[in-house]
Amino acid sequence: MSTFSESLLVAVGLIVHLDPHLTGIVLLSLRVSLTATLVAALIGLPLGAWIAVSRFPGRDALIAVLNAMMGLPPVVVGLVIYLLLSRAGPLGSWGLLFTPTAMVIAQTVLIAPILAALSRQVIADAWTEYREQLTSLGATPFGGALTLLWDTRYSLATVLLAGFGRAIAEVGAVIIVGGNIDGVTRVMTTTIALETSKGDLPLALGLGTTLIALTLILNLAAQATKSWARARFG
Amino acid sequence: MADARRRGLPIIARNVRVARGDATLLDDVDVTIPADERTFILGPNGSGKSTLLRVLHGLQRPTAGEVLWGGAATHPSGQAMVFQRPVMLRRSAAGNLRYALALSGVRGAEAERRIDEALGEVGLRHLRRRAARALSGGEQQRLALARAWSLAPEVLFLDEPTASLDPSATRAVEDIVRDIHARGTTIVMTTHNLAQAKRLADSIVFLHGGRVTEHTPAEKFFRAPRSREAQTLLEGERL
Repeated sequence: MSTFSESLLVAVGLIVHLDPHLTGIVLLSLRVSLTATLVAALIGLPLGAWIAVSRFPGRDALIAVLNAMMGLPPVVVGLVIYLLLSRAGPLGSWGLLFTPTAMVIAQTVLIAPILAALSRQVIADAWTEYREQLTSLGATPFGGALTLLWDTRYSLATVLLAGFGRAIAEVGAVIIVGGNIDGVTRVMTTTIALETSKGDLPLALGLGTTLIALTLILNLAAQATKSWARARFG
Repeated sequence: MADARRRGLPIIARNVRVARGDATLLDDVDVTIPADERTFILGPNGSGKSTLLRVLHGLQRPTAGEVLWGGAATHPSGQAMVFQRPVMLRRSAAGNLRYALALSGVRGAEAERRIDEALGEVGLRHLRRRAARALSGGEQQRLALARAWSLAPEVLFLDEPTASLDPSATRAVEDIVRDIHARGTTIVMTTHNLAQAKRLADSIVFLHGGRVTEHTPAEKFFRAPRSREAQTLLEGERL
């Protein structure tokens, strides 16, 4: 208990004084996970919308696979990306292993299925409601999908948060493809894992606190934006 | 002008059958919707009114039989539909009209002119910037009519547009339907409100059990319905 409270005090000190080491780690975490969320959104949202409004053979199977992929174990994703990017791997010549880019790729692979599966559900529900009206107005399924992507924007914002939350909190994939190199690929979660095993509990706890606080602030901001926009646009 | 506007009329349904699973929703339906009239589709609940409306609008493909719009089997543009529950996008009132106009290729100054005119027609000009989904049920239905009005359709389909509205909102909707018709739009509408049909209809298509039992001028229908089913419904209303 005393270890905990002491560590917490030191942790607060690190945060309050914007310790450069800690700040660097936090910023890299944000950069990697926000980029991954953005890239995954560019892939996942249109994919989800397209699956929601189109009918083709094997659609049900694809939905089942997509839903199952929401539970991909990060270490397995990390391992696969590692094998692809390692020097002997098919993409080894890109030289991306142990770089932040490799971490972005791994997190993108991890959360794109989440964004696709959740947005498919959101848009499929909306399509049930809008289909006849949009068809009557002359919208094609493709145009309808784009319309619904915009019209369900508040629900999709929550979907994006779910993806970002998964990305910034995972440790298994980034530690394998990033290598946890100090100053290069060390992010909050990998640092927490490392410092805990080394016994530097204040830094680990400081990062843990920051991680939770960041997630909380982001969700509060999103919630506020959402209620404001709902009041404004219905 | 009149000829150009009449490319999709009359609408002719021939031997139309619609089945969903084991249920037959429409059977052996032959009906002609002539230009310029206000045709009302009446019938008890579950008689297939909405299904017939959707078939005539091309939203639902018949299981058997065919629908011809002005002699062609391809669904024409120049139709609009107002649903029982208006579906509005998460945009402003004007934004909803702008979206519909853009889909039919009307943009820019012409679109803005039509939006202003249509919102004025339904008395919603002062709410043009409001979120469409924040409007009341009656206002949303008037907005749906404004959306239809702005498209200047050749035919307007209405599926029980006043079913969930109070009397004053219902009257407002009826007035707008009258205005849209007066501007040269053919009206095809379902209702279970016989008094409303009496007020607005030129002719009545009566459905029972998915079949058309009669198609007669409204005045004649309400005076002396030919089919027994229609007689039963009218007598039930008088009680």
